[in-house]
Amino acid sequence: MRYESPVTVKDAVALLAKEKGKAFVLAGGTDLLVKMKAGMLEPDLVVDIKRIKGMADIKKTVSGFSIGAATPCAALDENAALMKAWPGVVEAANLIGSKQVQGRCTMAGNLCNASPAADSVPALIAAGAKVTIAGPKGKRKLAVEDVPAGVGRTNLKKGEFIESIQLPKKAAKSGDAYLRFIPRTEMDIAVVSCGVNLTIDGKGVVTKARVALGAVAITALLVKDAAKAIIGTKLDDAALDTLAAAASAACKPIDDKRGTIEFRTEVAGVLAKRAAKIAYARAGGK
Amino acid sequence: MALLVSTTINGDKVEYACQPDESLLDVLRNRLGLTGAKEGCGTGDCGACSVILDGRLTCSCLVLGAEMDGKSLETIEGMADGAALHPLQKNFIDHAALQCGICTPGFLMAAQALLRKNPDPSEVEIRFGLAGNLCRCTGYDKIVRAVQATATELKLAKRSA
Repeated sequence: MRYESPVTVKDAVALLAKEKGKAFVLAGGTDLLVKMKAGMLEPDLVVDIKRIKGMADIKKTVSGFSIGAATPCAALDENAALMKAWPGVVEAANLIGSKQVQGRCTMAGNLCNASPAADSVPALIAAGAKVTIAGPKGKRKLAVEDVPAGVGRTNLKKGEFIESIQLPKKAAKSGDAYLRFIPRTEMDIAVVSCGVNLTIDGKGVVTKARVALGAVAITALLVKDAAKAIIGTKLDDAALDTLAAAASAACKPIDDKRGTIEFRTEVAGVLAKRAAKIAYARAGGK
Repeated sequence: MALLVSTTINGDKVEYACQPDESLLDVLRNRLGLTGAKEGCGTGDCGACSVILDGRLTCSCLVLGAEMDGKSLETIEGMADGAALHPLQKNFIDHAALQCGICTPGFLMAAQALLRKNPDPSEVEIRFGLAGNLCRCTGYDKIVRAVQATATELKLAKRSA
């Protein structure tokens, strides 16, 4: 295995593009090194992107925030503006692993590892986040929900890597939230998870919403019917029930030791209700 | 091919050669004789290899030795000031917060990082802050109490300073 630590995006792309063997990007390494240790991956080349300038920066931009791909999750809640605008995204990222893991792990890595149970992904999808991908043909943008292609697979092509994640500017009277179910209180992988982001008007009526589910299909899902269920409502009990039904209807989960199909399907609805209530309160709704 | 790395560990300049796929934990233990960090799991689950890298708590088993060029690392070996134990170390002894001792260096590094970020943690915050460290002997209560006692002690010291 070769280890390279280029200082420009261009050099990183060139290294990844011309490698004939198996090449992997190293940001936090909390998935990559574990897989190497387990013998699941045997890289010929590892490209460490952390020496590229700005790769671990959180920038406030005209359109919102740009978060460098190598920004450790532990740095997110230290940014007061980001925390204020997107508390659900930050909370989701800070549910990944332990403090030790959060000191290294990144949201871009969480996304590219492409686990359906990745905690930051439903929150990012709900927030309407996009990624900037650098590659041999230049840069392109992709919605977060379009990055995973399946379990452990992404839509990134050879030579490409995520350079940054863009979160939109927080709309007035909007709020986001993320909840997951785990059988313990900490250090576990989501059995079901849900991210909600919504905007209300002066009367408390939901005008916009995005609802995303994790761990109930081969990738995290953007559930448009769940959003429709609450748009135009004040999140009354009937709307919450419709939301829960829409969330459950979107589930295509597996049965495993951590949760049955029935359990995951039902809990998806419960979490959607609860996350929507938190998001609604954060938006200023009563 | 071995890589040459120049880094800072506990304030000292250190140079070493390592293989590209060698973990920082293996470099510390096998090349530098710093055996305080332990290998419990090797996959970032147990926290026994915890170190503080550029100010952030991390598992040294999840870092490549090759990544360390120009970085600043704190390990358990740098916690005491010569023969004088750090208040955390002293309180771990006073509260019997260890039995076999394998997890102790990791707990101390994690507690150090926790108190730097949050000098006045609640019991819940301590338990969450140390959730990445596993101990099979103590049942955690004594460890939590040792960290609480240290937080109180450091606050009092700061007030009188």
